[in-house]
Amino acid sequence: MKKTVITIIGKDNYGIIAAASAICAENKVNIMDITQSVLGDMFVMVMLADISAATCPFGEFSDKMSAFGKERGLDVRVMHEDIFNAMHRI
Amino acid sequence: MINLSDIMETVTMISHENLDIRTITMGISLLDCADSDIDKSCEKIYNKITRLAGNLVKVGEDIETEYGIPIINKRISVTPVSMLAAVSGGDPVKYARALQRAADKTGVNFIGGYSALVHKGFSAGDKELIESIPRALAETENVCSSVNIGSTKSGINMDAVRLLGEVVKKTAELTADRDCIGAAKLVVFCNAPEDNPFMAGAFHGVGEADCVINVGVSGPGVVASALKKCKGDLGEVAEVIKRTAFKITRMGQLVGTEASKRLGVPFGIVDLSLAPTPAVGDSVAHILEEMGLEVCGTHGTTAALALLNDAVKKGGVMASSSVGGLSGAFIPVSEDAGMIAAARSGDLKIEKLEAMTAVCSVGLDMIAIPGETPAEVISAIIADEAAIGMVNSKTTAVRVIPAIGKKAGEELNFGGLLGEGPIMPVNLNSSPKKFIDRGGRIPAPMQSLKN
Repeated sequence: MKKTVITIIGKDNYGIIAAASAICAENKVNIMDITQSVLGDMFVMVMLADISAATCPFGEFSDKMSAFGKERGLDVRVMHEDIFNAMHRI
Repeated sequence: MINLSDIMETVTMISHENLDIRTITMGISLLDCADSDIDKSCEKIYNKITRLAGNLVKVGEDIETEYGIPIINKRISVTPVSMLAAVSGGDPVKYARALQRAADKTGVNFIGGYSALVHKGFSAGDKELIESIPRALAETENVCSSVNIGSTKSGINMDAVRLLGEVVKKTAELTADRDCIGAAKLVVFCNAPEDNPFMAGAFHGVGEADCVINVGVSGPGVVASALKKCKGDLGEVAEVIKRTAFKITRMGQLVGTEASKRLGVPFGIVDLSLAPTPAVGDSVAHILEEMGLEVCGTHGTTAALALLNDAVKKGGVMASSSVGGLSGAFIPVSEDAGMIAAARSGDLKIEKLEAMTAVCSVGLDMIAIPGETPAEVISAIIADEAAIGMVNSKTTAVRVIPAIGKKAGEELNFGGLLGEGPIMPVNLNSSPKKFIDRGGRIPAPMQSLKN
C-alpha cells in the first residue's frame, strides 16, 4: 500500500472536502482517514489516502490537486506519508 | 494517522520557513578513466559521468514531487583532477572542458573536483593543475575547484599557500567582467573532507567507493522560527536547536536513501550543515540574532555560533545512519541576508569572521575583498585560516573574491545562490610578504601525534 498525505489550508468555504474527494474518486485514490478543523476563518484539512490503485501517475494527481487549490485560492499539497514518519517518528 | 499538528509543522517548515534539501551530490571516482593520452582520458571521463549521472536530475525531481520537499541542487563531485593530469600530462584545462560538457549533458548545476591535494607537497600534475585554475574557471560555467594546502597530520604547505594567493587573484582578474565570479568557484582548504556534498569545495576522495550519493540538508529559517518561540535560557535554546536539527536531518536521510535506491548507487553521508541562502528567512546570522545578539558580528557572536554549531551536530547525528562532509553552520557572507546586512553596516568585520571560523564548520567564505589586495595578503589570509584548522583538527577554508577595480564599501553581485555583498576592508597597512616568501612547510602540530 502506498499512502499519501493531502493537506489543504485556506479560507473556509463550502464544498472544499467534496471537491477534493471528487478528484480522489475520479483517479481511484482511496481516502482512508480525514481530519479537519476551522481555526478562526482558516480551514485546515488533512487526508490520508491510498494511491496504490490510482489511475494516473503520482505527479499528475499532485498537479490536479494543486490546480484545484489554485482555482479556489487554497494551499493544497500532496506528499508521501514517509516524510512525516521520518520527521516525527523515531 | 500521524498527528495533525506534526503534519502542519512539516508543511509550515516547507511553505514558510524555507526548509529544503540543499543538494543531492553524486560522487564519482574517475581513477579508472586515467589514460596516458589526455584526449582519451577526457572522453572516458565524459562517458563515465554521463552514464552514472544521466538520471540524477530526473530522480531528484521525481523525489521532489512525491515527497513535496524542494531539492534545490543536483550536483556531481569527482576524483581530484590533478591525479588524471599526472597520468596524462598536457593542458589540464582540457579536463575542465570535459567536466563542463558532462555538466551540460546531465543538467547538474555544479560539478566539483577540479582539485589538487598538496597538503604535504606537490606531486606530478599538482602544480600544472593549480596554475591552470584561473583559465579553467574563466572558460567554464559550472566547474568548481578546490585545493587542500594543509592538514593536522601534515602541517601547512606554505609553497602552495604562496602560489594560491596568486591563483585566487588571477582567477578574479580573468573573470573581472563577470563580477570576478571565478574566485567564487575556488576554495582553499585545510583538512578538506573527502565526502563533502557542498560546492565549491566538493570532490570525491580517493578512499571513497566508485560512486556514492551524498546529501546536504539546509534549514536556517526553520531553526530561527523555532527559536522565536523559545524564551528560556541558553540551555533551552540548545535543546530547541537540537530537536529542529534532528527533524531536518531525518528528512535528509530519507531523501538520500530514496535517491540511492532509485539510482542504484550506495548511500554515502548526510552533511548536517545549516546552509543559508540570500533569501529572506534563510539566514544563519538571523539565528544568532534570534538568540539575543543585536547584530551578527557584535561581541558574543563567536559564543553564540559555537552553541549553534554544536547543537546542530548533536541533534543531527542521531537522525542519520552516516554523518559526514562539513557538518556544521556555514557563514558565507554574500549568501546570507543577515551577514550581508551586518557587513554593510560595519558590524561584521573580517577579523571577527576569522574568530567565528574557529567554532563553525568552514572558514572565510564568500567574502569580497578590495581588488588592490596584494597576492601575499591573500596568501596570509589563507595561512591564518589553515592554522586555525590545523591546530583545532577541523576543516577550514578560504573563498575570498578580490573585486578587481573596486574598493572597500563598493558591492559585488554574483546572482543566484552565490548572492551579493559589500567589499570588506582588509588590513593593507602592513605587509606579510617576507613571511609568505619564505615558503617551505609549517610542521604538523603536536595534535597530529596521536598514535
